Amino acid sequence: MSYDKRVDGRGFDELRKMEAKVGVIPRADGSAYFSMGGTSAYAAVYGPRQTYPKFLQDPSKGVLRCHYAMMPFSGAGDRVRPGPNRRAKEISLVTTNALLPAIDLHEFPNAIVDVFISLPETDAGSRCAGICAASLALADAGIPMTELVGAVAVGRVDDKVVVDLCYDEEAYEEGEVADIPVAMLYNKGEISLLQMDGKISKDMLLEALERAKKALTFIHDVQVKALKERFKQVENIE
Amino acid sequence: MNDTGKAYFLKILNAGFRLDDRKSDEFRKLKIIRGCSKTAEGSAELFLGETHVIAGVKFSIEVPFPDTPDEGVLMVNVEQSPVASPEFEEGPPTIEAIELSRVVDRGLRESKAIDLKGLCITPGEKVWSVSVDIVTLNDDGNLLDACGLAALAALQDARFPKVVDGKPDYHELTEEKLVLSELPIPVTVYKYGESLIIDPLHEEEVLADARLTVTTLSSGEICALQKGFDGTLSIDSIDKMIELSLKKSKELRSELKKELN
Repeated sequence: MSYDKRVDGRGFDELRKMEAKVGVIPRADGSAYFSMGGTSAYAAVYGPRQTYPKFLQDPSKGVLRCHYAMMPFSGAGDRVRPGPNRRAKEISLVTTNALLPAIDLHEFPNAIVDVFISLPETDAGSRCAGICAASLALADAGIPMTELVGAVAVGRVDDKVVVDLCYDEEAYEEGEVADIPVAMLYNKGEISLLQMDGKISKDMLLEALERAKKALTFIHDVQVKALKERFKQVENIE
Repeated sequence: MNDTGKAYFLKILNAGFRLDDRKSDEFRKLKIIRGCSKTAEGSAELFLGETHVIAGVKFSIEVPFPDTPDEGVLMVNVEQSPVASPEFEEGPPTIEAIELSRVVDRGLRESKAIDLKGLCITPGEKVWSVSVDIVTLNDDGNLLDACGLAALAALQDARFPKVVDGKPDYHELTEEKLVLSELPIPVTVYKYGESLIIDPLHEEEVLADARLTVTTLSSGEICALQKGFDGTLSIDSIDKMIELSLKKSKELRSELKKELN
């Protein structure tokens, strides 16, 4: 058996259609929307602000805290009960870790920067879309950062290395599947999120990571374009 | 906002003016985008000016409640997502969020817009359960009306999933739409001294003495009420508030019907 044609007809390196918008939530200090295929994410940044609960305060620097939440109707199957579950908490943690290396909170001791990610619809790759949106929202909020962070899922479906898996590929039953979400600091080329479930050889994994790096240059372009669009709006007002 | 700012805004509002130059009985621009979530069986994104909410409908097949064995289940829930405001927090719903959920739920339930008996599959065994979840994305005031209208828009968009082996197959929706026999329209009227306004901005909303949510049907009948905040209302002002709500509900009802075939 061989995975000759992707379920949605894309090329093996081809990303789904992407859309990014910055400044979508007026009450937030920074915000963004990012969608890839049937997965879309809103991210809102509040802060730096006072830290609650207080024991989280760090007198040497500000704290970043990300919250990932699926809307109750955003799952492929049954309704998802609102409120954080184990999965959402883990994703919140790895999202925070994915973004932290690119931002500098030393100017804000004892303060907290909250990033809320909310997804109206998902078709795999939701943590990646969330990270892409959150990175843009942090930039929009003016949080000091060295660069943007992008994320994409790569992996293996049967004998092929694929980029940006959709739900039907994650659920592919005729062969082995590995799903590998990757986040990267573009300029440094360093990986800040890496998870995997499924089975894969080391060679295939390393190839998948190379493909992720390439795919992320396209995502970076989409992010930069959306940020520039936001600045253009500001120019017009002035 | 500091006390001087508050006093100044209150002076403006008590004199019957708005902070954004609208008329006292003028809604902000209403924009509805249906089908915004492909994973929901029905969905709608709703903007009231800068207030922004998303509603989604999910169907499931459940065992009916023992006291209503031949009726389907309707569940309405509003989530004050912390995305929408620096005042909203993660965690269990606040009292305000629960009130919001219940007022939206009451309007829909008491209007009997959804025929619950029509959702029965096998009495005592299997019924359709309809869950409407509304999530806030930006709170610029009047979430009550925004959430109520978004719930209606999402329900108008909902189609039943195909049933395979007694379970819903969410990947395939049928052409069968959920029938709404009524459009119960909530219009919340806010009171400042003797002046009344509708569809407040966030800055206006927090200064109100009292509010009254009036949900009305096309016949002009009222199907739900909720007085909010700690101010009081005279019978005379309740009369005026209901009048205002009825007037606005007609416009909103036709807006909701627009674009629907």
